[in-house]
Amino acid sequence: MTIRSEPLIGVARPPSRAASLSGWLDRESVFSWLMMALPLLFLAAFVGYPLGYGILLSLEDRPVAQPGHFVGLKNFIADYNDPIFWRVAFNTFVYTAIATLLKMVGGLGLALAMNQHFRMKNLVRAVLLLPFIVPTVLSTVAWMWMLDPAFSVVNRILIGLGVPKPGPSWLGNPMLAMISIIVINTWRGLPFYGITLLAGLQTVPPELYEAATIDGASGWHRFRYVTLPLLKPIILIVTLFSVIFTFADFQLVYVLTHGGPQNATHLFATYAFDIGMGAGQLGLGASVALTMLPALALLIVALTLYMRRQ
Amino acid sequence: MVAGTVSGMVTGHGRLDRLVRVWLPVGFFLVLALFPFYWMAITSIKPNAELYNTRLMPLLVRNPTLKHYVDLLTETSFLLWTWNTMLVAVVSTAISLVFGTMLAYPLARMRFAGSGLIAMTVAAIYLVPQPLLFLPLADVINRLHLGNTLTSVILTYPTMLVPFCAWLLLGYFKTVPKDLEEAARIDGASRLQTMRQIFLPLCTPGFISAGIFAFTLSQNEFLYALIFLTQSSVRTVPVGVIAELIRGDVFYWGQLMAAALLGSIPVALIYSFFVEHYVAGLTSGSVKG
Repeated sequence: MTIRSEPLIGVARPPSRAASLSGWLDRESVFSWLMMALPLLFLAAFVGYPLGYGILLSLEDRPVAQPGHFVGLKNFIADYNDPIFWRVAFNTFVYTAIATLLKMVGGLGLALAMNQHFRMKNLVRAVLLLPFIVPTVLSTVAWMWMLDPAFSVVNRILIGLGVPKPGPSWLGNPMLAMISIIVINTWRGLPFYGITLLAGLQTVPPELYEAATIDGASGWHRFRYVTLPLLKPIILIVTLFSVIFTFADFQLVYVLTHGGPQNATHLFATYAFDIGMGAGQLGLGASVALTMLPALALLIVALTLYMRRQ
Repeated sequence: MVAGTVSGMVTGHGRLDRLVRVWLPVGFFLVLALFPFYWMAITSIKPNAELYNTRLMPLLVRNPTLKHYVDLLTETSFLLWTWNTMLVAVVSTAISLVFGTMLAYPLARMRFAGSGLIAMTVAAIYLVPQPLLFLPLADVINRLHLGNTLTSVILTYPTMLVPFCAWLLLGYFKTVPKDLEEAARIDGASRLQTMRQIFLPLCTPGFISAGIFAFTLSQNEFLYALIFLTQSSVRTVPVGVIAELIRGDVFYWGQLMAAALLGSIPVALIYSFFVEHYVAGLTSGSVKG
Protein backbone atom coordinates (compact mmCIF):
# COMPACT_ATOMS: atom_id res chain seq x y z
CA MET A 1 0.00 0.00 0.00
CA THR A 2 1.29 3.44 -0.83
CA ILE A 3 1.07 6.19 1.63
CA ARG A 4 -1.04 9.06 0.40
CA SER A 5 0.49 12.47 0.59
CA GLU A 6 -2.86 14.23 0.42
CA PRO A 7 -5.17 12.25 2.67
CA LEU A 8 -7.94 14.87 2.62
CA ILE A 9 -8.68 14.58 -1.11
CA GLY A 10 -10.53 11.34 -0.66
CA VAL A 11 -12.87 12.95 1.80
CA ALA A 12 -13.45 16.06 -0.22
CA ARG A 13 -14.23 14.16 -3.42
CA PRO A 14 -17.95 14.36 -4.34
CA PRO A 15 -19.76 11.07 -3.67
CA SER A 16 -19.86 8.65 -6.59
CA ARG A 17 -23.09 8.24 -8.54
CA ALA A 18 -23.66 4.81 -7.03
CA ALA A 19 -23.34 6.24 -3.55
CA SER A 20 -25.75 9.07 -4.28
CA LEU A 21 -28.25 6.65 -5.81
CA SER A 22 -28.16 4.41 -2.77
CA GLY A 23 -28.40 7.48 -0.58
CA TRP A 24 -31.46 8.58 -2.53
CA LEU A 25 -32.97 5.11 -2.23
CA ASP A 26 -32.38 5.19 1.50
CA ARG A 27 -34.52 8.27 1.98
CA GLU A 28 -37.61 7.26 3.95
CA SER A 29 -40.12 8.59 1.45
CA VAL A 30 -38.35 7.20 -1.63
CA PHE A 31 -37.85 3.79 -0.05
CA SER A 32 -41.47 3.70 1.13
CA TRP A 33 -43.09 4.63 -2.15
CA LEU A 34 -40.87 2.31 -4.18
CA MET A 35 -41.69 -0.52 -1.78
CA MET A 36 -45.43 0.14 -1.91
CA ALA A 37 -45.66 0.90 -5.63
CA LEU A 38 -46.32 -2.61 -6.90
CA PRO A 39 -49.03 -3.63 -4.40
CA LEU A 40 -50.69 -0.22 -4.72
CA LEU A 41 -50.75 -0.53 -8.50
CA PHE A 42 -52.23 -3.98 -8.13
CA LEU A 43 -54.99 -2.72 -5.83
CA ALA A 44 -55.68 0.22 -8.11
CA ALA A 45 -56.04 -2.12 -11.09
CA PHE A 46 -58.16 -4.83 -9.46
CA VAL A 47 -60.15 -2.91 -6.83
CA GLY A 48 -60.07 0.77 -7.74
CA TYR A 49 -60.68 0.30 -11.44
CA PRO A 50 -63.54 -2.25 -11.06
CA LEU A 51 -65.21 -0.02 -8.49
CA GLY A 52 -65.16 2.95 -10.86
CA TYR A 53 -66.03 0.78 -13.84
CA GLY A 54 -68.96 -0.68 -11.88
CA ILE A 55 -70.38 2.81 -11.43
CA LEU A 56 -70.05 3.42 -15.17
CA LEU A 57 -71.63 0.04 -15.88
CA SER A 58 -74.63 0.87 -13.70
CA LEU A 59 -75.35 3.83 -15.99
CA GLU A 60 -75.33 1.68 -19.13
CA ASP A 61 -77.68 -0.70 -20.85
CA ARG A 62 -75.21 -3.52 -21.16
CA PRO A 63 -76.42 -6.98 -22.26
CA VAL A 64 -73.66 -9.56 -21.77
CA ALA A 65 -71.10 -9.83 -24.63
CA GLN A 66 -72.50 -6.74 -26.35
CA PRO A 67 -71.30 -3.15 -26.32
CA GLY A 68 -73.16 -1.00 -23.82
CA HIS A 69 -74.62 2.44 -24.25
CA PHE A 70 -75.15 5.17 -21.73
CA VAL A 71 -78.68 5.40 -20.35
CA GLY A 72 -78.18 7.66 -17.34
CA LEU A 73 -80.14 6.71 -14.26
CA LYS A 74 -82.55 4.42 -16.14
CA ASN A 75 -81.31 1.30 -14.33
CA PHE A 76 -81.78 2.87 -10.92
CA ILE A 77 -85.27 4.03 -11.88
CA ALA A 78 -86.04 0.48 -13.00
CA ASP A 79 -84.83 -0.78 -9.59
CA TYR A 80 -87.02 1.78 -7.87
CA ASN A 81 -90.08 0.53 -9.74
CA ASP A 82 -89.23 -3.15 -9.23
CA PRO A 83 -91.26 -4.64 -6.34
CA ILE A 84 -88.72 -7.47 -6.01
CA PHE A 85 -85.97 -4.90 -5.44
CA TRP A 86 -87.84 -3.53 -2.42
CA ARG A 87 -88.44 -7.04 -1.15
CA VAL A 88 -84.69 -7.66 -1.50
CA ALA A 89 -83.88 -4.47 0.40
CA PHE A 90 -86.29 -5.48 3.15
CA ASN A 91 -84.83 -9.01 3.31
CA THR A 92 -81.27 -7.72 3.51
CA PHE A 93 -82.04 -5.38 6.39
CA VAL A 94 -84.00 -8.01 8.34
CA TYR A 95 -81.28 -10.62 7.74
CA THR A 96 -78.46 -8.28 8.77
CA ALA A 97 -80.22 -6.86 11.82
CA ILE A 98 -81.44 -10.12 13.34
CA ALA A 99 -78.35 -12.18 12.52
CA THR A 100 -76.07 -9.49 13.94
CA LEU A 101 -78.12 -9.22 17.12
CA LEU A 102 -78.12 -13.00 17.59
CA LYS A 103 -74.37 -13.22 17.01
CA MET A 104 -73.72 -10.38 19.42
CA VAL A 105 -75.82 -11.78 22.26
CA GLY A 106 -74.82 -15.39 21.60
CA GLY A 107 -71.17 -14.42 21.19
CA LEU A 108 -71.21 -12.59 24.49
CA GLY A 109 -72.75 -15.67 26.11
CA LEU A 110 -70.09 -17.87 24.54
CA ALA A 111 -67.32 -15.55 25.71
CA LEU A 112 -68.68 -15.44 29.28
CA ALA A 113 -69.03 -19.23 29.36
CA MET A 114 -65.47 -19.65 28.10
CA ASN A 115 -64.03 -17.05 30.48
CA GLN A 116 -64.00 -19.56 33.37
CA HIS A 117 -61.39 -22.05 34.47
CA PHE A 118 -61.98 -25.58 33.23
CA ARG A 119 -60.02 -28.46 31.83
CA MET A 120 -59.15 -28.67 28.11
CA LYS A 121 -60.18 -25.07 27.64
CA ASN A 122 -57.83 -24.51 24.70
CA LEU A 123 -59.11 -27.61 22.96
CA VAL A 124 -62.72 -26.49 23.47
CA ARG A 125 -61.89 -23.06 22.10
CA ALA A 126 -60.22 -24.57 19.03
CA VAL A 127 -63.20 -26.84 18.38
CA LEU A 128 -65.72 -24.04 18.86
CA LEU A 129 -64.07 -22.04 16.09
CA LEU A 130 -64.58 -24.83 13.53
CA PRO A 131 -67.84 -23.47 12.07
CA PHE A 132 -66.03 -20.21 11.34
CA ILE A 133 -63.04 -21.69 9.53
CA VAL A 134 -64.70 -24.44 7.47
CA PRO A 135 -65.60 -23.25 3.94
CA THR A 136 -69.10 -21.74 4.10
CA VAL A 137 -70.35 -23.52 1.01
CA LEU A 138 -69.51 -26.93 2.44
CA SER A 139 -71.10 -26.35 5.83
CA THR A 140 -74.15 -24.83 4.13
CA VAL A 141 -74.57 -28.00 2.07
CA ALA A 142 -74.62 -29.92 5.35
CA TRP A 143 -77.34 -27.60 6.69
CA MET A 144 -79.26 -28.04 3.47
CA TRP A 145 -79.30 -31.76 4.12
CA MET A 146 -80.24 -31.21 7.77
CA LEU A 147 -83.25 -29.18 6.56
CA ASP A 148 -84.12 -31.46 3.62
CA PRO A 149 -87.89 -31.56 2.92
CA ALA A 150 -88.11 -35.36 3.16
CA PHE A 151 -85.23 -36.45 5.38
CA SER A 152 -84.54 -33.46 7.64
CA VAL A 153 -82.79 -34.67 10.77
CA VAL A 154 -83.95 -31.52 12.54
CA ASN A 155 -87.56 -32.42 11.83
CA ARG A 156 -87.03 -36.02 12.82
CA ILE A 157 -85.69 -34.87 16.17
CA LEU A 158 -88.61 -32.42 16.49
CA ILE A 159 -91.11 -35.18 15.64
CA GLY A 160 -89.43 -37.34 18.25
CA LEU A 161 -90.11 -34.51 20.71
CA GLY A 162 -93.80 -34.43 19.77
CA VAL A 163 -94.09 -31.97 16.87
CA PRO A 164 -96.77 -33.23 14.45
CA LYS A 165 -95.59 -34.88 11.22
CA PRO A 166 -94.16 -34.01 8.74
CA GLY A 167 -92.62 -31.07 10.65
CA PRO A 168 -91.93 -27.55 9.38
CA SER A 169 -90.96 -27.00 5.75
CA TRP A 170 -87.80 -25.06 6.55
CA LEU A 171 -86.80 -24.08 3.05
CA GLY A 172 -90.26 -24.13 1.43
CA ASN A 173 -92.00 -21.59 3.61
CA PRO A 174 -90.92 -17.93 3.08
CA MET A 175 -90.81 -17.06 6.78
CA LEU A 176 -89.07 -20.29 7.81
CA ALA A 177 -86.55 -19.95 4.96
CA MET A 178 -85.60 -16.50 6.29
CA ILE A 179 -85.29 -17.94 9.79
CA SER A 180 -83.12 -20.75 8.41
CA ILE A 181 -80.61 -18.47 6.71
CA ILE A 182 -80.44 -16.28 9.81
CA VAL A 183 -79.78 -19.29 12.04
CA ILE A 184 -77.07 -20.68 9.75
CA ASN A 185 -75.37 -17.30 9.41
CA THR A 186 -75.44 -17.02 13.19
CA TRP A 187 -74.06 -20.54 13.57
CA ARG A 188 -71.11 -19.64 11.38
CA GLY A 189 -70.41 -16.16 12.75
CA LEU A 190 -70.98 -16.78 16.46
CA PRO A 191 -67.49 -18.21 17.16
CA PHE A 192 -65.88 -15.11 15.66
CA TYR A 193 -67.78 -12.91 18.10
CA GLY A 194 -67.27 -15.33 20.98
CA ILE A 195 -63.52 -15.77 20.65
CA THR A 196 -62.85 -12.10 19.97
CA LEU A 197 -64.95 -11.01 22.95
CA LEU A 198 -63.25 -13.67 25.06
CA ALA A 199 -59.90 -12.12 24.23
CA GLY A 200 -61.38 -8.81 25.32
CA LEU A 201 -62.69 -10.28 28.59
CA GLN A 202 -59.26 -11.65 29.39
CA THR A 203 -57.81 -8.15 29.33
CA VAL A 204 -60.19 -6.95 32.06
CA PRO A 205 -58.08 -6.59 35.25
CA PRO A 206 -59.40 -8.94 38.00
CA GLU A 207 -58.91 -6.18 40.59
CA LEU A 208 -61.84 -4.33 39.05
CA TYR A 209 -64.16 -7.25 39.80
CA GLU A 210 -62.74 -7.58 43.30
CA ALA A 211 -63.25 -3.89 43.95
CA ALA A 212 -66.80 -4.07 42.61
CA THR A 213 -67.56 -7.12 44.77
CA ILE A 214 -66.22 -5.38 47.89
CA ASP A 215 -68.48 -2.44 47.07
CA GLY A 216 -71.37 -4.88 47.09
CA ALA A 217 -72.03 -5.22 43.35
CA SER A 218 -74.05 -8.30 42.35
CA GLY A 219 -73.08 -10.55 39.44
CA TRP A 220 -75.39 -8.68 37.11
CA HIS A 221 -74.09 -5.32 38.25
CA ARG A 222 -70.48 -6.42 37.80
CA PHE A 223 -71.35 -7.43 34.25
CA ARG A 224 -73.36 -4.30 33.53
CA TYR A 225 -71.00 -1.73 35.06
CA VAL A 226 -67.54 -3.35 34.78
CA THR A 227 -67.50 -5.89 31.96
CA LEU A 228 -69.76 -4.26 29.42
CA PRO A 229 -68.21 -0.76 29.43
CA LEU A 230 -64.71 -2.25 29.03
CA LEU A 231 -65.88 -4.50 26.20
CA LYS A 232 -67.70 -1.72 24.36
CA PRO A 233 -64.91 -0.84 21.89
CA ILE A 234 -64.42 -4.49 20.91
CA ILE A 235 -68.14 -5.12 20.60
CA LEU A 236 -68.41 -2.08 18.35
CA ILE A 237 -65.59 -3.16 16.02
CA VAL A 238 -66.71 -6.78 15.78
CA THR A 239 -70.28 -5.68 15.13
CA LEU A 240 -69.33 -3.25 12.37
CA PHE A 241 -67.19 -5.95 10.75
CA SER A 242 -69.99 -8.44 10.93
CA VAL A 243 -72.66 -6.01 9.71
CA ILE A 244 -70.59 -5.22 6.60
CA PHE A 245 -70.09 -8.85 5.65
CA THR A 246 -73.60 -9.99 6.60
CA PHE A 247 -75.14 -7.14 4.63
CA ALA A 248 -73.18 -8.21 1.54
CA ASP A 249 -73.59 -11.96 2.10
CA PHE A 250 -73.86 -14.16 -0.97
CA GLN A 251 -72.65 -17.74 -0.50
CA LEU A 252 -75.07 -18.98 2.13
CA VAL A 253 -78.22 -17.81 0.36
CA TYR A 254 -77.03 -18.76 -3.10
CA VAL A 255 -76.37 -22.32 -1.96
CA LEU A 256 -79.27 -22.85 0.44
CA THR A 257 -82.30 -21.18 -1.12
CA HIS A 258 -81.11 -19.32 -4.21
CA GLY A 259 -83.24 -16.43 -3.01
CA GLY A 260 -86.44 -18.44 -2.82
CA PRO A 261 -89.12 -19.29 -2.03
CA GLN A 262 -90.84 -16.40 -3.85
CA ASN A 263 -87.80 -14.11 -3.36
CA ALA A 264 -88.28 -14.34 0.40
CA THR A 265 -84.54 -14.78 1.02
CA HIS A 266 -83.04 -12.85 -1.89
CA LEU A 267 -80.36 -10.42 -0.69
CA PHE A 268 -78.77 -7.57 -2.66
CA ALA A 269 -75.81 -9.73 -3.62
CA THR A 270 -77.80 -12.74 -4.82
CA TYR A 271 -80.31 -10.56 -6.68
CA ALA A 272 -77.51 -8.60 -8.39
CA PHE A 273 -75.96 -11.95 -9.35
CA ASP A 274 -79.23 -13.26 -10.80
CA ILE A 275 -79.75 -10.13 -12.91
CA GLY A 276 -76.13 -9.63 -13.93
CA MET A 277 -75.02 -13.22 -14.46
CA GLY A 278 -78.29 -15.16 -14.77
CA ALA A 279 -80.21 -12.76 -17.01
CA GLY A 280 -77.04 -11.26 -18.49
CA GLN A 281 -78.04 -7.64 -17.74
CA LEU A 282 -74.65 -6.41 -16.50
CA GLY A 283 -75.71 -2.77 -16.24
CA LEU A 284 -78.90 -3.44 -14.30
CA GLY A 285 -77.11 -5.96 -12.07
CA ALA A 286 -74.36 -3.45 -11.33
CA SER A 287 -77.01 -0.89 -10.36
CA VAL A 288 -78.56 -3.34 -7.86
CA ALA A 289 -75.12 -4.07 -6.36
CA LEU A 290 -74.32 -0.36 -6.18
CA THR A 291 -77.43 0.45 -4.16
CA MET A 292 -75.50 -1.26 -1.33
CA LEU A 293 -72.73 1.33 -1.65
CA PRO A 294 -74.12 4.25 0.42
CA ALA A 295 -74.83 2.11 3.47
CA LEU A 296 -71.58 0.15 3.05
CA ALA A 297 -69.49 3.29 2.52
CA LEU A 298 -70.89 4.77 5.72
CA LEU A 299 -70.08 1.60 7.67
CA ILE A 300 -66.62 1.26 6.13
CA VAL A 301 -65.66 4.86 6.84
CA ALA A 302 -66.98 4.58 10.40
CA LEU A 303 -65.06 1.38 11.07
CA THR A 304 -61.84 2.61 9.43
CA LEU A 305 -61.87 5.83 11.42
CA TYR A 306 -62.66 3.98 14.61
CA MET A 307 -59.87 1.42 14.13
CA ARG A 308 -57.47 4.25 13.42
CA ARG A 309 -58.41 6.03 16.62
CA GLN A 310 -57.80 2.88 18.67
CA MET B 1 -63.85 -14.19 37.73
CA VAL B 2 -65.58 -14.87 40.99
CA ALA B 3 -67.32 -17.91 39.54
CA GLY B 4 -63.91 -19.55 39.16
CA THR B 5 -62.94 -19.16 42.79
CA VAL B 6 -66.31 -20.26 44.15
CA SER B 7 -66.46 -23.38 42.00
CA GLY B 8 -62.89 -24.22 43.00
CA MET B 9 -64.28 -25.81 46.17
CA VAL B 10 -64.54 -29.57 45.83
CA THR B 11 -67.83 -30.06 47.60
CA GLY B 12 -71.01 -31.59 46.30
CA HIS B 13 -72.50 -28.16 46.04
CA GLY B 14 -69.39 -26.86 44.26
CA ARG B 15 -69.51 -29.64 41.72
CA LEU B 16 -73.15 -29.03 40.87
CA ASP B 17 -72.51 -25.33 40.71
CA ARG B 18 -69.61 -25.98 38.35
CA LEU B 19 -71.72 -28.22 36.15
CA VAL B 20 -74.37 -25.52 35.80
CA ARG B 21 -71.98 -22.61 35.40
CA VAL B 22 -69.35 -24.18 33.16
CA TRP B 23 -70.35 -27.35 31.42
CA LEU B 24 -74.00 -26.60 30.73
CA PRO B 25 -73.33 -23.48 28.63
CA VAL B 26 -70.05 -24.76 27.17
CA GLY B 27 -71.71 -28.07 26.32
CA PHE B 28 -74.58 -26.26 24.64
CA PHE B 29 -72.19 -24.28 22.43
CA LEU B 30 -70.15 -27.40 21.68
CA VAL B 31 -73.20 -29.40 20.56
CA LEU B 32 -74.41 -26.47 18.46
CA ALA B 33 -71.01 -26.05 16.79
CA LEU B 34 -70.32 -29.71 16.21
CA PHE B 35 -73.66 -31.28 15.32
CA PRO B 36 -73.54 -30.34 11.62
CA PHE B 37 -70.09 -31.93 11.36
CA TYR B 38 -71.29 -35.05 13.13
CA TRP B 39 -74.21 -35.22 10.74
CA MET B 40 -71.87 -34.76 7.76
CA ALA B 41 -69.63 -37.58 8.98
CA ILE B 42 -72.39 -40.01 9.81
CA THR B 43 -74.24 -39.37 6.55
CA SER B 44 -71.11 -39.95 4.52
CA ILE B 45 -70.65 -43.48 5.87
CA LYS B 46 -74.30 -44.60 5.77
CA PRO B 47 -75.40 -46.88 2.95
CA ASN B 48 -78.28 -45.44 0.90
CA ALA B 49 -80.66 -48.04 2.30
CA GLU B 50 -80.18 -46.46 5.73
CA LEU B 51 -80.00 -42.84 4.54
CA TYR B 52 -83.40 -42.86 2.93
CA ASN B 53 -85.21 -45.07 5.43
CA THR B 54 -87.18 -42.78 7.74
CA ARG B 55 -88.11 -45.59 10.11
CA LEU B 56 -84.55 -45.97 11.41
CA MET B 57 -83.13 -43.83 14.20
CA PRO B 58 -81.13 -41.29 12.16
CA LEU B 59 -78.37 -40.40 14.63
CA LEU B 60 -76.57 -43.75 14.45
CA VAL B 61 -75.11 -45.79 11.64
CA ARG B 62 -75.67 -49.54 11.44
CA ASN B 63 -73.60 -50.77 8.49
CA PRO B 64 -70.89 -48.21 7.81
CA THR B 65 -69.59 -48.09 4.26
CA LEU B 66 -66.94 -46.14 2.37
CA LYS B 67 -68.90 -46.42 -0.86
CA HIS B 68 -69.71 -42.70 -1.03
CA TYR B 69 -66.03 -41.82 -0.67
CA VAL B 70 -65.00 -44.32 -3.34
CA ASP B 71 -67.68 -42.99 -5.69
CA LEU B 72 -66.68 -39.41 -4.99
CA LEU B 73 -63.02 -40.05 -5.75
CA THR B 74 -63.55 -42.27 -8.78
CA GLU B 75 -66.68 -40.89 -10.48
CA THR B 76 -66.22 -37.16 -10.02
CA SER B 77 -63.35 -34.70 -10.50
CA PHE B 78 -63.12 -34.12 -6.74
CA LEU B 79 -59.38 -34.81 -6.54
CA LEU B 80 -58.70 -32.41 -9.39
CA TRP B 81 -60.83 -29.72 -7.69
CA THR B 82 -58.87 -30.29 -4.47
CA TRP B 83 -55.61 -29.84 -6.35
CA ASN B 84 -56.92 -26.65 -7.99
CA THR B 85 -58.11 -25.29 -4.65
CA MET B 86 -54.75 -25.97 -3.00
CA LEU B 87 -52.76 -24.48 -5.87
CA VAL B 88 -54.87 -21.33 -5.93
CA ALA B 89 -54.82 -20.98 -2.15
CA VAL B 90 -51.05 -21.43 -1.87
CA VAL B 91 -50.14 -19.09 -4.73
CA SER B 92 -52.58 -16.33 -3.79
CA THR B 93 -51.53 -16.59 -0.14
CA ALA B 94 -47.87 -16.24 -1.16
CA ILE B 95 -48.61 -13.22 -3.36
CA SER B 96 -50.66 -11.65 -0.59
CA LEU B 97 -47.95 -12.13 2.05
CA VAL B 98 -45.30 -10.54 -0.19
CA PHE B 99 -47.51 -7.61 -1.26
CA GLY B 100 -48.88 -7.28 2.27
CA THR B 101 -45.33 -7.00 3.65
CA MET B 102 -44.39 -4.46 0.97
CA LEU B 103 -47.29 -2.30 2.14
CA ALA B 104 -47.03 -2.91 5.87
CA TYR B 105 -43.30 -2.37 6.41
CA PRO B 106 -43.13 1.25 5.23
CA LEU B 107 -46.43 2.00 6.99
CA ALA B 108 -45.12 0.54 10.24
CA ARG B 109 -41.59 1.97 10.19
CA MET B 110 -41.16 4.94 7.86
CA ARG B 111 -42.33 8.50 8.19
CA PHE B 112 -43.51 9.99 4.92
CA ALA B 113 -46.25 12.29 3.71
CA GLY B 114 -49.43 10.34 2.98
CA SER B 115 -48.73 7.31 5.15
CA GLY B 116 -51.88 7.83 7.21
CA LEU B 117 -54.00 8.08 4.11
CA ILE B 118 -52.50 4.92 2.60
CA ALA B 119 -53.05 2.99 5.83
CA MET B 120 -56.70 4.01 5.89
CA THR B 121 -57.19 3.23 2.23
CA VAL B 122 -55.76 -0.24 2.70
CA ALA B 123 -58.09 -0.88 5.65
CA ALA B 124 -61.06 0.43 3.70
CA ILE B 125 -60.26 -1.78 0.69
CA TYR B 126 -60.26 -4.83 2.92
CA LEU B 127 -63.81 -3.96 3.93
CA VAL B 128 -65.11 -3.60 0.36
CA PRO B 129 -67.17 -6.76 -0.04
CA GLN B 130 -66.98 -8.86 -3.20
CA PRO B 131 -70.59 -8.33 -4.33
CA LEU B 132 -69.68 -4.71 -5.05
CA LEU B 133 -66.93 -5.78 -7.44
CA PHE B 134 -67.89 -9.07 -9.07
CA LEU B 135 -69.84 -7.76 -12.10
CA PRO B 136 -67.22 -5.28 -13.33
CA LEU B 137 -64.46 -7.77 -12.48
CA ALA B 138 -66.19 -10.43 -14.57
CA ASP B 139 -66.00 -8.05 -17.52
CA VAL B 140 -62.33 -7.27 -16.82
CA ILE B 141 -61.46 -10.97 -16.66
CA ASN B 142 -63.32 -11.54 -19.91
CA ARG B 143 -61.47 -8.77 -21.67
CA LEU B 144 -58.15 -10.18 -20.43
CA HIS B 145 -59.25 -13.57 -21.85
CA LEU B 146 -58.67 -15.19 -18.46
CA GLY B 147 -62.05 -16.93 -18.14
CA ASN B 148 -61.70 -20.59 -17.10
CA THR B 149 -58.07 -20.24 -16.06
CA LEU B 150 -56.78 -20.56 -12.51
CA THR B 151 -54.96 -17.27 -13.18
CA SER B 152 -58.32 -15.48 -13.00
CA VAL B 153 -58.83 -16.41 -9.35
CA ILE B 154 -55.12 -16.21 -8.45
CA LEU B 155 -55.27 -12.59 -9.61
CA THR B 156 -58.57 -11.71 -7.95
CA TYR B 157 -58.29 -13.43 -4.55
CA PRO B 158 -55.41 -11.14 -3.51
CA THR B 159 -57.78 -8.17 -3.92
CA MET B 160 -59.22 -9.25 -0.55
CA LEU B 161 -56.12 -10.94 0.84
CA VAL B 162 -53.49 -8.22 0.25
CA PRO B 163 -55.25 -5.50 2.26
CA PHE B 164 -56.09 -8.05 4.92
CA CYS B 165 -52.50 -9.33 5.24
CA ALA B 166 -51.18 -5.77 5.14
CA TRP B 167 -53.48 -4.74 7.96
CA LEU B 168 -52.68 -7.76 10.11
CA LEU B 169 -48.92 -7.50 9.47
CA LEU B 170 -48.95 -3.76 10.14
CA GLY B 171 -50.31 -4.48 13.61
CA TYR B 172 -47.69 -7.15 14.16
CA PHE B 173 -44.76 -5.13 12.79
CA LYS B 174 -45.51 -2.30 15.21
CA THR B 175 -44.99 -4.64 18.17
CA VAL B 176 -41.43 -5.56 17.08
CA PRO B 177 -38.78 -3.44 18.88
CA LYS B 178 -36.73 -1.14 16.66
CA ASP B 179 -33.32 -1.61 18.36
CA LEU B 180 -31.94 -4.26 16.02
CA GLU B 181 -32.87 -2.29 12.92
CA GLU B 182 -31.33 0.87 14.33
CA ALA B 183 -28.12 -1.02 15.12
CA ALA B 184 -28.00 -2.41 11.59
CA ARG B 185 -28.50 1.06 10.14
CA ILE B 186 -25.63 2.43 12.23
CA ASP B 187 -23.48 -0.43 10.93
CA GLY B 188 -24.15 0.86 7.43
CA ALA B 189 -26.82 -1.52 6.16
CA SER B 190 -29.23 -0.06 3.61
CA ARG B 191 -32.93 0.12 4.37
CA LEU B 192 -33.64 -2.84 2.12
CA GLN B 193 -30.93 -4.95 3.76
CA THR B 194 -32.17 -3.99 7.21
CA MET B 195 -35.70 -4.98 6.32
CA ARG B 196 -34.84 -8.28 4.66
CA GLN B 197 -32.00 -9.53 6.82
CA ILE B 198 -32.77 -8.09 10.23
CA PHE B 199 -36.46 -7.28 10.47
CA LEU B 200 -38.40 -9.90 8.48
CA PRO B 201 -36.83 -12.94 10.20
CA LEU B 202 -38.20 -11.57 13.50
CA CYS B 203 -41.76 -11.61 12.18
CA THR B 204 -42.38 -15.30 11.57
CA PRO B 205 -45.36 -15.49 13.98
CA GLY B 206 -47.00 -12.58 12.17
CA PHE B 207 -46.48 -14.29 8.83
CA ILE B 208 -47.94 -17.53 10.12
CA SER B 209 -51.06 -15.73 11.40
CA ALA B 210 -51.58 -13.80 8.19
CA GLY B 211 -50.74 -16.85 6.08
CA ILE B 212 -53.29 -19.14 7.75
CA PHE B 213 -55.95 -16.48 7.49
CA ALA B 214 -55.25 -15.88 3.82
CA PHE B 215 -55.20 -19.63 3.19
CA THR B 216 -58.57 -20.25 4.89
CA LEU B 217 -60.10 -17.23 3.15
CA SER B 218 -59.03 -18.48 -0.26
CA GLN B 219 -60.31 -21.98 0.50
CA ASN B 220 -63.61 -20.38 1.46
CA GLU B 221 -63.93 -18.13 -1.58
CA PHE B 222 -66.92 -18.93 -3.76
CA LEU B 223 -68.27 -15.99 -5.76
CA TYR B 224 -65.29 -15.29 -8.04
CA ALA B 225 -64.66 -18.98 -8.57
CA LEU B 226 -68.32 -19.48 -9.44
CA ILE B 227 -68.24 -16.76 -12.08
CA PHE B 228 -64.78 -17.24 -13.58
CA LEU B 229 -64.51 -21.03 -13.52
CA THR B 230 -67.24 -22.77 -15.48
CA GLN B 231 -65.34 -25.81 -16.77
CA SER B 232 -65.01 -28.83 -14.53
CA SER B 233 -61.25 -29.13 -15.05
CA VAL B 234 -60.47 -25.75 -13.49
CA ARG B 235 -63.07 -25.68 -10.73
CA THR B 236 -62.33 -25.35 -7.03
CA VAL B 237 -63.95 -27.60 -4.42
CA PRO B 238 -66.81 -25.28 -3.35
CA VAL B 239 -67.85 -24.56 -6.94
CA GLY B 240 -67.37 -28.15 -8.09
CA VAL B 241 -69.53 -29.44 -5.24
CA ILE B 242 -72.34 -26.97 -5.90
CA ALA B 243 -72.24 -27.16 -9.69
CA GLU B 244 -71.64 -30.84 -10.25
CA LEU B 245 -72.51 -32.90 -7.20
CA ILE B 246 -75.97 -31.34 -6.90
CA ARG B 247 -77.42 -32.78 -10.06
CA GLY B 248 -80.77 -31.24 -10.88
CA ASP B 249 -83.30 -32.26 -8.29
CA VAL B 250 -81.56 -35.50 -7.44
CA PHE B 251 -79.27 -35.19 -4.44
CA TYR B 252 -76.55 -37.69 -3.74
CA TRP B 253 -76.41 -36.84 -0.07
CA GLY B 254 -73.88 -39.49 0.93
CA GLN B 255 -71.45 -38.29 -1.70
CA LEU B 256 -72.19 -34.62 -0.98
CA MET B 257 -71.45 -35.07 2.72
CA ALA B 258 -68.28 -37.01 1.93
CA ALA B 259 -67.21 -34.10 -0.28
CA ALA B 260 -68.12 -31.51 2.37
CA LEU B 261 -66.10 -33.40 4.96
CA LEU B 262 -63.06 -34.05 2.75
CA GLY B 263 -63.15 -30.47 1.50
CA SER B 264 -63.08 -29.17 5.08
CA ILE B 265 -60.16 -31.31 6.18
CA PRO B 266 -57.24 -29.32 4.69
CA VAL B 267 -58.38 -26.10 6.38
CA ALA B 268 -59.19 -27.85 9.64
CA LEU B 269 -55.81 -29.61 9.64
CA ILE B 270 -53.75 -26.49 9.01
CA TYR B 271 -55.88 -24.62 11.50
CA SER B 272 -55.31 -27.27 14.17
CA PHE B 273 -51.53 -26.95 13.86
CA PHE B 274 -51.55 -23.19 14.18
CA VAL B 275 -54.64 -22.53 16.25
CA GLU B 276 -52.82 -20.18 18.64
CA HIS B 277 -51.57 -18.08 15.73
CA TYR B 278 -55.04 -18.07 14.26
CA VAL B 279 -56.64 -16.84 17.45
CA ALA B 280 -53.88 -14.24 17.85
CA GLY B 281 -54.60 -12.94 14.36
CA LEU B 282 -58.36 -13.05 14.86
CA THR B 283 -58.24 -10.97 17.98
CA SER B 284 -55.36 -8.63 17.11
CA GLY B 285 -57.54 -6.50 14.87
CA SER B 286 -59.96 -5.60 17.59
CA VAL B 287 -58.11 -6.08 20.85
CA LYS B 288 -55.23 -3.81 21.64
CA GLY B 289 -53.19 -4.85 24.69
